[in-house]
Amino acid sequence: MGNEDDEKETEKLMKSIIDIEKLDLYYENFHALKSVDLQVPEKQVTAFIGPSGCGKSTLLRTLNRMNDMIPGTRIEGTVNIGGKNIYGPEVEVESLRKQVGMVFQQPNPFPKSIYDNVAYGPRLHGVRSKSELDELVEQSLRQSALWEEVKDFLKKSALSLSGGQQQRLCIARALAVQPDILLMDEATSALDPVSTLKIEELVQELRDRYTIVMVTHNMHQAARVSGRTVFFLNGVIVEAADTELLFSNPKDSRTEDYISGRFG
Amino acid sequence: MIRRKEFDKDLEELRSLLQQMGEHVTDALEGAVVALQTLDTTRAQDIVKADLRLNAMEDRIMEIGSRLIITQQPVAKDLRRILVAFKISNDLERMGDLALDVAKVTMRLQGQHLIKPLVDIPRMAEIVTLMTTDSIQSYLDENTDLAYKMAQDDDQVDQLYSTMINELYTFMLEKPDALSQVIVLTLVGRYIERIGDHATNIGESVVYLVTGKRPDLNQ
Repeated sequence: MGNEDDEKETEKLMKSIIDIEKLDLYYENFHALKSVDLQVPEKQVTAFIGPSGCGKSTLLRTLNRMNDMIPGTRIEGTVNIGGKNIYGPEVEVESLRKQVGMVFQQPNPFPKSIYDNVAYGPRLHGVRSKSELDELVEQSLRQSALWEEVKDFLKKSALSLSGGQQQRLCIARALAVQPDILLMDEATSALDPVSTLKIEELVQELRDRYTIVMVTHNMHQAARVSGRTVFFLNGVIVEAADTELLFSNPKDSRTEDYISGRFG
Repeated sequence: MIRRKEFDKDLEELRSLLQQMGEHVTDALEGAVVALQTLDTTRAQDIVKADLRLNAMEDRIMEIGSRLIITQQPVAKDLRRILVAFKISNDLERMGDLALDVAKVTMRLQGQHLIKPLVDIPRMAEIVTLMTTDSIQSYLDENTDLAYKMAQDDDQVDQLYSTMINELYTFMLEKPDALSQVIVLTLVGRYIERIGDHATNIGESVVYLVTGKRPDLNQ
């Protein structure tokens, strides 16, 4: 790599929003993440790829402390978000999850109306004014590219929506609390190709406003959507690089083998 | 996800086709120069006819490579292997056309005698044939050292070409009635020199295949 590339690299990493240092995570006796160091750049899409059990989803869940709910989980090292260790004693998990939203593999709308799904988070965080809620709901649904499809049925049950619409609703719900970071855990793997494409387009529209970290089993999705890709294997980060570079000329032969379908 | 077994089989076919195309080009060039030295028009005609096979192999490479891109969505070195196969087959097809142009000169000279025994042309052809063999070998072995070494031989070809031009220019002034033959022989020199340039291109493709970087060996 030339000096110019190094500089570009440094410049990008300087604007990182997530800084992970020497992170080890154990589920009981299983060492799921091993001395992970990673910086996630702000307002970019970062994709985590790797075979099943490599630790990519574990690391994603570490970023908004979803692993806290799994008994026997032990964490060492630091995860700084916006310069603050999210595992510090003074951190309130609720406010962390407001800052770091998450969308899951299966769309999981609440059995409530479309409006109430999106308004749920803001209400929880104390927004009471009807006009303010209306505005947040519309803005979030617009940002998740669902507004035009649902604006006349906001009182309808969210469960009446198609799978793809439900997933965009879940994104709207996550955006309604105005997070800095959006985590997506295989958010399109339960969707058909057209719905997948819509979510991918949406991610590309959102990337200027939010930092997005996605776990995907679809390598071509990582290649299409992300600016940086991180390849995991057996709880270790093998390679983190600009997506184009990682898919065209990876540095590590294990990365090459994985993306070329030689294992996994 | 790539289905490796089928994919590797097709990649192997690309490799084998390129090897065959390389052999075809060296045979065509050697044959064309012998045909010219002996003014053997039958042999020259055979070379012209055989060119169809070379084109068919290029088409086949295009077909397999496109199919692999569509069905397997290759990345990294797999993708470079296919891109390089397209590029090298294109170079080899052009090299074949240039050898064919040499053969056509022999056909044009039918019934004439050579104004002088050929010296520089066979020498150039010998080096260019070796360059072609080396370029294909460097591809088959993914040997970038051989690719760089081969590209250096091109300097000798350029040197011989320039000597040949000077000599033919003098010849032309001394024997103006040999003008038309001098012109076609100059063209033969040019054709062979161009084949050398394409061999260097193949060397560049080999470096790209192995390293992912694009060098310029044509300097």
